[in-house]
Amino acid sequence: MWEQISSNKVKSGFLVGIFIIFVVFLGWLFGRTTVWGPAAPILAAVIAGGAAWGSYYNSDRMVLAISRAKPAEKEDHPHLYHSVEGLAIAAGIPTPKLYIIDDTAPNAFATGRNPEHAAIAVTTGLLQKLNRVELEGVIGHEMSHIANYDTLLMTLTVVMVGTVALVSDWMLRSFLWGGRRRKSSSGGGQVGMVLLVVALVLAVLSPLIAQLIKLAISRRREFLADANGALLTRYPEGLASALETISSDREPLEVANKATAHLYILNPLKGQKGAFNKLFSTHPPMEQRVALLREM
Amino acid sequence: MIIILALIVVIIAWVIITYNSLIQFRNRIENAWSQIDVQLKRRVDLIPNLIETVKGYAGHEKEVFQKVTEARSALQNAKSVGANAEANNMLTGALKTLFAVAEAYPELKANENFMMLQEELAGVESKIAYSRQFYNDTVLKYDNKREMFPSNVIAGMFSFKEREYFEIEEAEKGPVKVQF
Repeated sequence: MWEQISSNKVKSGFLVGIFIIFVVFLGWLFGRTTVWGPAAPILAAVIAGGAAWGSYYNSDRMVLAISRAKPAEKEDHPHLYHSVEGLAIAAGIPTPKLYIIDDTAPNAFATGRNPEHAAIAVTTGLLQKLNRVELEGVIGHEMSHIANYDTLLMTLTVVMVGTVALVSDWMLRSFLWGGRRRKSSSGGGQVGMVLLVVALVLAVLSPLIAQLIKLAISRRREFLADANGALLTRYPEGLASALETISSDREPLEVANKATAHLYILNPLKGQKGAFNKLFSTHPPMEQRVALLREM
Repeated sequence: MIIILALIVVIIAWVIITYNSLIQFRNRIENAWSQIDVQLKRRVDLIPNLIETVKGYAGHEKEVFQKVTEARSALQNAKSVGANAEANNMLTGALKTLFAVAEAYPELKANENFMMLQEELAGVESKIAYSRQFYNDTVLKYDNKREMFPSNVIAGMFSFKEREYFEIEEAEKGPVKVQF
């Protein structure tokens, strides 16, 4: 577990580094091929740095705001509070803040840069449709995400992927709506053309690349959080049956989108079957997770 | 010469790091142990309120109240760790009886205050269990570090003692006096 924590911290740093380099590189390419020139990579660096810095401190609040999560009062949800407090004790971390998303689709996620600044959000549907042991299973899963520092990496990813999508979108628009250099620099007309094509391809591909990064870092940690969560509650069946209940619910979660989907315990964007979607799925198949939990 | 010096520095650094992490684990165990006490204390604090509420509906169930009160005062007078564990088990049993008795009183069961207390107590009970689990998990980590090579060398040098697990059977095996 300690290895997992430091690996998550290193990966988070790595992610931020790659992200900044990627954005600056996009800016440089953009500058080479348009009138923006050397101003573009500098601007890109400022945007990337600002996004990285801002997202470290604020991404949890941003994610909670995007998901329309509201603080939960202890009086209204005594059982939820007891589960969270108990499992925080079991995990040896401070009690995370609790949020409720007013949506009948059952789902939950955790966020925060460290256990001291963590939050768990659950939907009202989760509270209605799960029984007590199932709810504890879900909370245990989220608690492990927090204790393992998964939430830092996962929440940072939301903002980084969002920024890459934004920047590449902006680049694409600039290409389409002019701003190209009238005369190619240093006579290398062919070089300029090649660079333009590369820049265009990158601008189109970058959201896809960002998506793939997101997938790579989120699938394995779901298995791990399942296992650690079961270790906390000492009852894998609770989480296994919770996963079945959540996935058998056909209702989509309205507040979830492509940027936040990987945070949730089960993919909230439903009705996307098929091999292509499986390849780009942020979550391992539910059946596989349940089978692994039942083997414990 | 430089190599030897570097080696000495590395060894000293390793000793310091290992020693500090052992201390850290030991403090975590202390902290985990006090967590259990905090939760046990919380449970005791809930009892006067609970008895008050139940009395309003089932005032004639005297033995149950007596049992709970006895367990509570036994807990407050317990001096040794063993007596404490025994009194806590007594309280757990007495509370179980109390809630079993409450089943026969639909009005009591529907009382909002009672439902809240029941939820509160269930929460505390599970927190007691979780804090014991965390204590044992922490002891496991400490003992692993203490016994595994090479950190066991440091643990031996500074005589880090073995810590005991919290075993529920141990406490329950003891003579539990039931008074009628």
